[in-house]
This record gives sequence, structure tokens and C-alpha cells, in this order.
Amino acid sequence: MNRSVLGTVGLIAGREIRTRVRSKAFVITTVITALTLVALAIVVSVIQGQANTSKIGVAAGLEQRFAPVLQAVAQRTGKDLQITSVTDPAKGRAQVSEGNLDLFVASTTPTSVTVVVDSNLDAGMQAVLQAALQQDIVAAEVARLGGNPQAVAADLASAEVRVQALTPPPPYDPQRLFLGVIAGILIYLALMLAGQMVAQGVVEEKSSRVVELLLATVRPWQLMTGKVLGLGTLGLIQMTFIGAAGITAGVATGALDLPVAAAAGIVGWLLVWFLLGYLAYAFVFAALGALVSRQEDVGGVVTPVTMILIVGYVLGVSVLPVDPYNTVVSVLSLIPALSPTLMPIRLAIGGVPWWQTTLALVLMLATIPVLVALASRIYRNAVVRSGAKVRLRDALR
Amino acid sequence: MADRTLVLDELSKSYGSTVALDRLSMDVRPGEILGFVGSNGAGKTTAMRIVLGVLSADSGEVRFDGEPITFATRRRIGYMPEERGLYPRMRVGDQLTYLARLHDLDARSAEAAARLWTERLGVAARWDEPVQKLSLGNQQRVQLAAALVHEPDVLVLDEPFSGLDPVAVDVMSQVLRDKAADGVPIVFSSHQLDLVERLSDRVGIVARGRMVALGSVEELQRTGAAELVVVAPHAPPGWADHLPGVVRTSQRDGRTVVELAKTPSAITGQALGNADNADNADDADDQEILAAALATGPVHEFAHRRPSLTDLFRAVVRESNEPDVAPVLTKGQRR
Repeated sequence: MNRSVLGTVGLIAGREIRTRVRSKAFVITTVITALTLVALAIVVSVIQGQANTSKIGVAAGLEQRFAPVLQAVAQRTGKDLQITSVTDPAKGRAQVSEGNLDLFVASTTPTSVTVVVDSNLDAGMQAVLQAALQQDIVAAEVARLGGNPQAVAADLASAEVRVQALTPPPPYDPQRLFLGVIAGILIYLALMLAGQMVAQGVVEEKSSRVVELLLATVRPWQLMTGKVLGLGTLGLIQMTFIGAAGITAGVATGALDLPVAAAAGIVGWLLVWFLLGYLAYAFVFAALGALVSRQEDVGGVVTPVTMILIVGYVLGVSVLPVDPYNTVVSVLSLIPALSPTLMPIRLAIGGVPWWQTTLALVLMLATIPVLVALASRIYRNAVVRSGAKVRLRDALR
Repeated sequence: MADRTLVLDELSKSYGSTVALDRLSMDVRPGEILGFVGSNGAGKTTAMRIVLGVLSADSGEVRFDGEPITFATRRRIGYMPEERGLYPRMRVGDQLTYLARLHDLDARSAEAAARLWTERLGVAARWDEPVQKLSLGNQQRVQLAAALVHEPDVLVLDEPFSGLDPVAVDVMSQVLRDKAADGVPIVFSSHQLDLVERLSDRVGIVARGRMVALGSVEELQRTGAAELVVVAPHAPPGWADHLPGVVRTSQRDGRTVVELAKTPSAITGQALGNADNADNADDADDQEILAAALATGPVHEFAHRRPSLTDLFRAVVRESNEPDVAPVLTKGQRR
């Protein structure tokens, strides 16, 4: 009997999986989402490359003195310069307007530098040029006073600010903020889509009245569990595929400068929280879906739950990348209703104290059985009542 | 009542102040086709849904094979719900195979059973099509296949014939007869009373949640008002109105229909299962009427007219809507 009971749940789950995998919409959505992440990784790596390398032309006579100073200053600020000398100033201008050069240093006087750009000079480059010019002036003055300009330049290059923080924040990597946002979007979309799919599936069975035929052979909890597990398996496969594609593309293109272990950790946590969030939310979605009999009514009846998902998501992606250690959001991320959307973002950003990770997991694991019990009760009482929307209070009896 | 009989024992069900079933009882015997008729909202669907466990009764019990019905026995029932229930986007073959597997058939037997029933019900050509692409009549055939695909021990079919063309009706009727011949008890509801009359071994008429008549069509006919058709061209209007035992007459073109009162003996006779007594009870009246008719001139035709199931149905429903009328009981019904 036990085997048959589980076998029935398996059969139901299997039907859900087969039906969705065969549908073009599911395959297309999955592939498009994965491709979007891959494209994003490529775009990011290209932008990063462009932002850090500038092609600069210098007029004849400047390459000996000004160009090395410029190169040294740029290196200190993390910029790569490709400096070429251009003998003919007219040619330099032409190359800038054609886009072959980002910048052409046309001439210098002891107190100024004239540069040619296409439309405007970006702020970073402006600062580099300013500093280079100042250093040049200092070097000239040092030489005039009989000092050693090279020694001064070396001192300037090694000058640094030492910080002594009284309460240093846990270290985080700026690009992991970006990863956090991606994780937030992924888990939000996955929970929302899978949850809606569960609710719609329940209503489909109700509106087509096939549920009556099914409940003559299977128990309500088997039907609900089979559906939730089937769609959950699909969601997990989808999430693994998309997450792996995104991270692999990110690391491969160099858009993400992460050790493989850290990357795998982010995907792992994403999957864990998807699984937990899904178990909690999907049963609730199933129960709420059972309250109505028409597809048009699904949106309305699941709104309170989707609102919770949306709140978590919006808080997560708007606050955390700016302020990863925001106290309010950190506290909220421990609460079971919000932890599935907030925790994966925090974990992707990094620096979450282990006790918070554990507490969020424990609270979530403790909540799931309660939600499942409530949901089963609502589902069982509501699923064969067709017609008008069943009131939640009646379904809980 | 052991031996594969499906028994509904005093089922009651109310929705708030609306009484859907009021101590409804009936039994469906192995190999019997029982037609279940009643007006819309009389309680047929509610009764069937209770048998399937989709609804629970407020009181009363459903038994099968002498035992109170359980989840396990319910799975041996083939069910066709009133509102058709199939996955609209699932293919016919997949759907039937899936339903058979839910009833514990292994993959191979499930597909074989699905093939067999699509073949028999004439929808084998639609095997790969999603159900929603089929015509309503074909969807209905698939629905019946869904009820039959796990070789059920009992069939409970809510309006299996609605919306079917005559050929499909014949196919379905034959399938039901074959299942009955295998000893399966079958109960089906329908508003097509001629069909019920043709197909059913017994008929149960339900009104306002109560079983008001249950028996073979013949038995029920005897409980209905007896009518005489007299063709006496020279009879004056109202010639039979004041004869003993006459309830009502109607006269047109020399043809008089005389409705006779049901005599107490007629009903008693049927309750005892003694058809001869019943006929004898009527005899006393009709001979007097014949004599009266002959007194008016020549009589070309003088015949008993048996009420059709439709007439009976109308009469029974009319009666049950009058207060304080005891349900008609025949030998088919347990007290």
C-alpha cells in the first residue's frame, strides 16, 4: 500500500513534468533566460575591458617626458593606457574623430595640457591628466631647485593613505553585489513562476472538473503533493540550468573574477533557497488556487502571497547592493516569509554571519510543515467546491 | 445484500437550509442497469458524488459487497461525472493511460486498456489529439472510456448520453449491456426517458431528494394512472364522466381517453408482486365502462393504454410536490 501511495504521487508528479517539458513555452522561457545571462556576462566583460583601457595618442615631443608620467599616474588609479605617438597633429585629430583614439594629447605648456576628444572627457581621465600635469610641474620645479625629480616621482608613486577602522565592515567584493542582484532576480522569478504554475495547475484541474474524476481514485493530498513536487523538480532543473549557464559564462568571459568554489557556492545557496522557498510557497499557492474555479480568478486570490514575494525582492535588490549590511533588511531576511527572497541575495553578496544563515534555515524548515498542514486542509476542503470562490474561513474548517 | 450489490442506505445531505438528499435509498444489483431519473436539482448528482466520496453525506451509508464503502472499494468504481472532467490539453491516449495507471494498472496494461476502449468506443483515430480538439460527442466517448479503462466492478455514470448522436447512443448502450452481462452493477442518470425505458432493468425516480419510485418500468407503469382509450363515434360528450372509478376524461373526434383512479387493491397487488391481482382490480371498472360505451352505439376500439415513463415521471414528480404524499413503494425497494 505504501509503495502504491508513493507511486501515485510519483505518477502525478511525472505527468506534470512531462506536460511542461513538452510545452514549447517552458523550453523557450528556460533557454531565453539562460541566454540572457550569458549575453549579460559578455556585455559586462566587454564594458569592463573598455572602461579600463584607453587608447591615447601623444603629439611628437611629448612621448619622452609627458607620456611616462601619464602612464605612471594611470597605473596608480587602475587604468591601462595604450600610448602611441602621433607626429602629425592633424592625423591625431582625425584618429580621434574616427574613434581609433580615445584621446589625443596635442600640446603641453608648463601649466596646461591641451587634449582633443570626440565629445567630452570622462571624469576619470580628466583626473589622471590633471595629476600627471601637476606631477610634471612639480618635477620641473624640483629639477630647477637642483633636486632629483625621479626620487620625488617614486615617493609620489608609493604615497598611500592608511586606514584604521574601529569597526571594519566584513570585506565584500563589489562584483558580488552585482551577483546578488542577479541571484535576487533569479530566485524571485523562479518562485513567482513556479508558484503561479502550481496555482494555475490546480485551477485547471478544478475548472475542467477532472479533479472530480481524480479524487475518485487518489486522495487530495496525493494530488496536491504530486503537483507541487513535479513542478518543483522542473523549477529546480530550470534554476540549475540557468544558474550554471550564467555563472559559467560569467567566469569564462572574465566578467566575474571569482574562484570556482565561490561561484559554485553561490549557485548552491541559490538552489537551497529555491527549494525551501518553493516548498513553503508552492503549497500555499496550491491551497489558494483551490479556492477558485476559473483561471481569471487565480491572479486575485494569490495576490497576498505574490505581494510578500515582491516586497522581499524589491527590498533585496534595491537596498542590499547599496547597503549590504543594512540592519533592517538583515533582520527581515531571517523571517521565513521573506528569507527565500532576501537570503540568497545576502549570501551571494557574502559576509553573512554563520549564525544568521543557520537561523534563517532553521526557521524556514520549522515553518514549512505548518504551511503544508494548513495548505492540505484548505485544499482538501475547497478543491471539489466549484462555482463561487470558497471563503478561506470555510475552507479551514 | 452481499454479492457485489451497491447499496445507498438512507443518504441525507443538506447545503445550509437546502435539502439535497432526504433519506434516499436504493440498491444496484450485479448485472443490473438502473436508470436514475428526476428533475434538475432532484439530487441525482449529489447521490452519485456521495457514492464516489467526492462529497460526504450528512447521514446514511453507502455499501458495496455488504461492506461500508471505503477509499479502496471506491477505486473499483468507474465514474463519469456530470460535468465532464478531462485535461483539455492532454492527448486522448496519454490521458486514458494515465487514468488507468492511477488505478494501479502497470504501464503496459494501462496502455493496452486505453487502446481497447478507444477502439471499442470509436475514438481510436483520435489517440494523439488533445481532448479539447475533439467534438463534444467524441469527448463524451473518451469520458466513458475513462470510466471503463480500469475494468471497474461498478459503474456510476452521470448523464452518459447527453449530447450524443443516435449512433453513439447505440454504441454506449451496447457497452453498458455488455458490462452488465459481465455482472457489473450499473447506475446511470438521464433525462432521455425513452432511452432509460429501453435500457434499464429498473428505474428509480428521485424528486426533492427522495426516492419516490423504484422498480422495473412495468412495475412502475402499474402504479401509474391507468387509462382506457375508447373509440365510440356516437358517444355524446361527457358520457363517461360519472362512471365509478373515472377520474378524468378527454374526448376528441369520437375518441375518448378515460383516466381511471388507482384502486388501493392495484397498489397492494403490486407491492406483493402479484401482477394478476393488479389486473383483476382494474377489470371491475373497465367492464362497466365498456358496457356504458356500448350503450352509446358501436365501439370500434377499446384498449388499455400503458403510461409511458414520461407520463409516470410527470405524475410522480407532480405528486411528490404535493404535501403529505407517501412515496410509492414497489417490491424493488427496501423499507
